[in-house]
Amino acid sequence: MTSTSPIETHVAPQADHGDPARSWLARIAEGRAWLFLAGLIICFEVWSRLSFGATFVLNPFNVQSIAIFAVAPLLLATGQTFVIISGGIDLSLGFIMGLAAVVAAHATNMAGVAMPVPLAMMLGILAAVIVAGVPGVINGLLISRLRIPPFIGTLGMFGVARGAAFLLAGGTTVPVQNSWFALLGNGRFYGVPYLVIIAAVFVVVMHYILSQTRFGQHNYAIGANVQAARRAGIDIRGHILRLYVLSAMCAGLGGALYAARFTAGAAQAGEPLLLDSVAAVVIGGASLFGGSGTIFGTVAGALVIAVIQYGLVFVNVEPFWQFIAVGLVIIISVLIDQAQRRFSGARQDE
Amino acid sequence: MNSSEQTTPLLEVRHLSKHFGAVQALNDFSMAVRPGEVVALAGDNGAGKTTLIKAISGVFQPTGGEILLRGQPVTFATPQEAREKGIETIYQDLALADNLSIGANIFLGREPMRKAFGFLPVLDRKAMAVAAKQTMGRLDFHVSRLDAPVSNFSGGQRQAVAIGRAVYWDAQILIMDEPTAALGVPEQRKVISLIHQLKAQGRGVIFISHNLQDIFAVSDRIVVLRRGIQAGERRISETNHDEVVKLMVGG
Repeated sequence: MTSTSPIETHVAPQADHGDPARSWLARIAEGRAWLFLAGLIICFEVWSRLSFGATFVLNPFNVQSIAIFAVAPLLLATGQTFVIISGGIDLSLGFIMGLAAVVAAHATNMAGVAMPVPLAMMLGILAAVIVAGVPGVINGLLISRLRIPPFIGTLGMFGVARGAAFLLAGGTTVPVQNSWFALLGNGRFYGVPYLVIIAAVFVVVMHYILSQTRFGQHNYAIGANVQAARRAGIDIRGHILRLYVLSAMCAGLGGALYAARFTAGAAQAGEPLLLDSVAAVVIGGASLFGGSGTIFGTVAGALVIAVIQYGLVFVNVEPFWQFIAVGLVIIISVLIDQAQRRFSGARQDE
Repeated sequence: MNSSEQTTPLLEVRHLSKHFGAVQALNDFSMAVRPGEVVALAGDNGAGKTTLIKAISGVFQPTGGEILLRGQPVTFATPQEAREKGIETIYQDLALADNLSIGANIFLGREPMRKAFGFLPVLDRKAMAVAAKQTMGRLDFHVSRLDAPVSNFSGGQRQAVAIGRAVYWDAQILIMDEPTAALGVPEQRKVISLIHQLKAQGRGVIFISHNLQDIFAVSDRIVVLRRGIQAGERRISETNHDEVVKLMVGG
């Protein structure tokens, strides 16, 4: 049999698993964070009306407060989304944000001595983002070159950034003397806070990077199967380095905006936000095992947390319940994710 | 006998040796693959099969001997260089990103871009989907949902995607390392039929398998390795299971 006929073992075309009902369910599951958010808002609305006869969500003050409240955790969570999709985690983001807030305050004040106010503000923000990139570079090198697991490498950087931030701040908060900076943090454009506008633009740019560029595509591939990505010729080390610099710079911008909002830089600015950022990503539908997640899912996740925290205060519940509520939401979210995977996991050979 | 034995081989290795320190993994090994030919590599674990394919695919440099591509001597510093010259390796553990579509997997690392609104570079998903559909069609795999992640497909279909990627990038020599090992029996048959298609397209295939039944179903020739040396080479039509096993274990 020197010339084997290809017809001999011809196999009928395979039907794929394109069941429309399943993909419809999958879509709901993907958008579950937004559904969750809607449900949560309705709950608080009912609660608020029954208890106080006042509206919750139709009050523009509430909406604005929640939006502002969500900005810093959202910036951290966007960077965290990239890292988690790649299969890593960045524990240093909270204190990188604190470091950046302190740097923003110092740099704006120093620049303000010699140059016009708006320029000093811009230099301050730029300095914060660039300085934040330094621990990002170190994270990236530790993880990509020295093969330290992300959890450990960024945990180390968590400590380093924390110490550096407090040392730089002299153990206290650093007030900012810059009128433009204060305006940026507290001013409004047609009723919409500048901070919210900046965050919205930022989110759209990050969504573009994640969903429409090679960098984003490679990020998903690395998270799913780093071996396959390497064999496909992707520069894994370079990617990981850029990835952690990106997430650190997100935290840097978060720190600068924090300093603008409170007109002061504080080393502990991002301390409570680190776990919120991971929670937002997970509630938003990303898997901690890597390979899945979206920026808009994370936006919903960050809003869910902000609504819980603000809403519980609004309806006069003791603040400690916030932690319990957010914790429960994380657990429920992961359970839904697992159930959905099991249900739509159409893989036949496992 | 067909005339293919007179044509210049697509790939030829001559007197190839590779040692790691004192361990001689491959010793003065020669073989050739002609267009449209499937050559099976058989041998026990540690016989040198993996060393051989890693030398051919550029993972490491041979210590001695030479590799010729269409009669021209070549050396590969990296697997990428081998791939650019048309040598693609398909691994048994399915080197795919399961969360991406067929198109995205075919183009992984070489994604096509287009300009949105005339200026913004974005991934050209449509071009990827079209190429995926065409490529899979050439392999007789017809998929309707091209945006679905490959995790939705069966093991054989995913193996077909890996082969499709090699075909799309016009690999002339496909090294398939145990392509059927992770699959169930019907899926193994699909992969075997895919290899027949590659053969019909005039590509050369090096097929590594433990499964003699698969080897006899698809190969033209079989080369047996034993402790790094070529223990024998037979035309499939002129040998049988017993003889091959004897060559493998050294009778």
